[in-house]
Amino acid sequence: MIIRTRQLRKVYRVGVERIHALRGIDLEIEANEFVAIMGSSGSGKSTLMNIIGCLDRPTAGTYELDGRDTSRISVNELALARNQRVGFVFQSFELLPRMSALHNVELPLIYAKGRWRDRRRKAKAALERVGLGDRMTHRPSQLSGGQKQRVAIARAILNNPAVLLADEPTGNLDSGTTREIMQLFEQLHDDGQTILVVTHEPDVASHCNRIIVLADGLIASDSGTANGHGAARAEQARA
Amino acid sequence: MLNPLFYLQAIYLALSQIWANKLRSILTTLGIIFGVWAVTTVVAAISGVTTMVLAEFESLGGSKMFIFPDRPDDAPRNKYPWEMIRLKPEELVALATHCPSVIGITPQTTFGASIQHGERQRDGVSVTGIWPDWHDIERRTTLIGRPFAGIDEDNARQVCLVNEAAISELGLDTDPTGEHILINTRRFLVIGVVENKQESIFDRDTTGTEVFIPFATAVKLQSPEFFFMITMKLKGPEVVEEAKAEAKFVLRQARKLGPDDPNTFEIFAADEFIEGIQKVAGIMTVGGACVVAVSLLVGGIGIMNIMLVSVSERTREIGLRKAVGATPAAVLMQFLLEAVTLCIAGGLIGIAAGEATSFALSVIPGIGLSQAAVPWWAIVMSFSFCAVIGVVFGMFPAIKAARLDPIEALRHE
Repeated sequence: MIIRTRQLRKVYRVGVERIHALRGIDLEIEANEFVAIMGSSGSGKSTLMNIIGCLDRPTAGTYELDGRDTSRISVNELALARNQRVGFVFQSFELLPRMSALHNVELPLIYAKGRWRDRRRKAKAALERVGLGDRMTHRPSQLSGGQKQRVAIARAILNNPAVLLADEPTGNLDSGTTREIMQLFEQLHDDGQTILVVTHEPDVASHCNRIIVLADGLIASDSGTANGHGAARAEQARA
Repeated sequence: MLNPLFYLQAIYLALSQIWANKLRSILTTLGIIFGVWAVTTVVAAISGVTTMVLAEFESLGGSKMFIFPDRPDDAPRNKYPWEMIRLKPEELVALATHCPSVIGITPQTTFGASIQHGERQRDGVSVTGIWPDWHDIERRTTLIGRPFAGIDEDNARQVCLVNEAAISELGLDTDPTGEHILINTRRFLVIGVVENKQESIFDRDTTGTEVFIPFATAVKLQSPEFFFMITMKLKGPEVVEEAKAEAKFVLRQARKLGPDDPNTFEIFAADEFIEGIQKVAGIMTVGGACVVAVSLLVGGIGIMNIMLVSVSERTREIGLRKAVGATPAAVLMQFLLEAVTLCIAGGLIGIAAGEATSFALSVIPGIGLSQAAVPWWAIVMSFSFCAVIGVVFGMFPAIKAARLDPIEALRHE
């Protein structure tokens, strides 16, 4: 089990008002699942994503990532968990403009302890995995949107994370490039990577094996862990 | 705590950040640049003056001592009349005999006299009565003829030495030995010529006419209550205290001063001048440093301002760094290093400008700063002060960055 949450709740305080973003999520995700999390804005999917990604802590309930309880750890331990066990891919890539692709990919290793001797080799291997072996010295401004997102994916998979979290990874890409990126995710999935994609696009979700729909802070539907054809699940999501 | 790559990258990043915002960085660090420039230049100038003054003292013979008559502070004039405090020839003799730390001694009494040579007459010419040791003490040897000898003094002979300037002024031969001049109508034999005074920072005008006569002769030419001072040459700079004690003892003995009576004379060692000059230079340096500290503080505020801008401009970058595992401490360190790098870069430019300016000062003739150079401690001090400014004023923006919530930061537009 890579991810297990029990009665996960998150309450935000805005002034005197309390906003219940998550109201008791029970979720289990096995290793090597390829999951889409859908839902309208305000459904709580970003909050869930943040907690799964160790960017935030739940108000109540427990969250286990890769067998370790992560719901009550310190800020520094959260940072370490993000560094070692989670890989992020964002809608707007979030590459540092003045650094080459290689340096961007290396970034997480800067914050890792000890193991930096073979960083260059690791970063190159990650870039080759995403098909950018020939663009290592390019800066983000010299890369296309799809290439930028590949660099970001290389950065996310660098430390072999327990889970790869992608937040609207194709939101800024055209449909052709979207397909390429989703194929890359499928390829990583075939290699054994556990992937969570937050999206509102059924086309993107159709690449996944499991679709979870959130509404109003609760799981509204879950296509389940059964192996089925992605496209059929997407139909279900559309319905 | 963080791996070395982090520091390297933070410095690299800071430099590239500075390079990417060249104009902004220069404007920001201008306060630091000017502050450091000012401090290095001022310190270079002060140390130049000090070095030169001290060198001058050494060339004059560092271990000299002077004795003047002196009325005790706050004492009523009638209690210590001139007759009581003025130096007397027998005291001079006592000093010459009883001070073992002293290797040369001369009185000096100078008065204005009218000098006549042939048709020429000059009034108000400086005539000085001296002992033969004077040549050695003042380092003024004779160019022509012979110096004074003991016999001139013992017999109070009417002989004189003139300086180079006097030759043309009085219309003497280029070798005037054997000629006679009239000093206040008395006939003196010229026995030699001494060099003009050496130029020093105390004495720019070295061209005045001077005439020297034996002290014993000068005594006769002046009123009984005439003034003279005593100059002594010591064995070395290390015996200054002994020499002072000896001279004090001899004089107090000669004047029959009781244990509670104050000194009626003053003893002055050249070392005290040196100490005084060093003190003044120290005060000037501290004063300059205070002014510069203020300008560096202003510069530091500029740094803080731009670092705050940088933090808010790079909010997303901070969010991303936190998302890939940067702890608050790592983010803090990054922005602190950036502020310090900025300050040190400014400091380096300032030091370079200060070096250039002090070199320029040292080659401009006639302003007496040929020894101006930035001392190493000023460079070290400026450098570390810049680093401290960077840490102090970078701290607030860095804390701000470290506290950013990664979720908020990544959402920032």
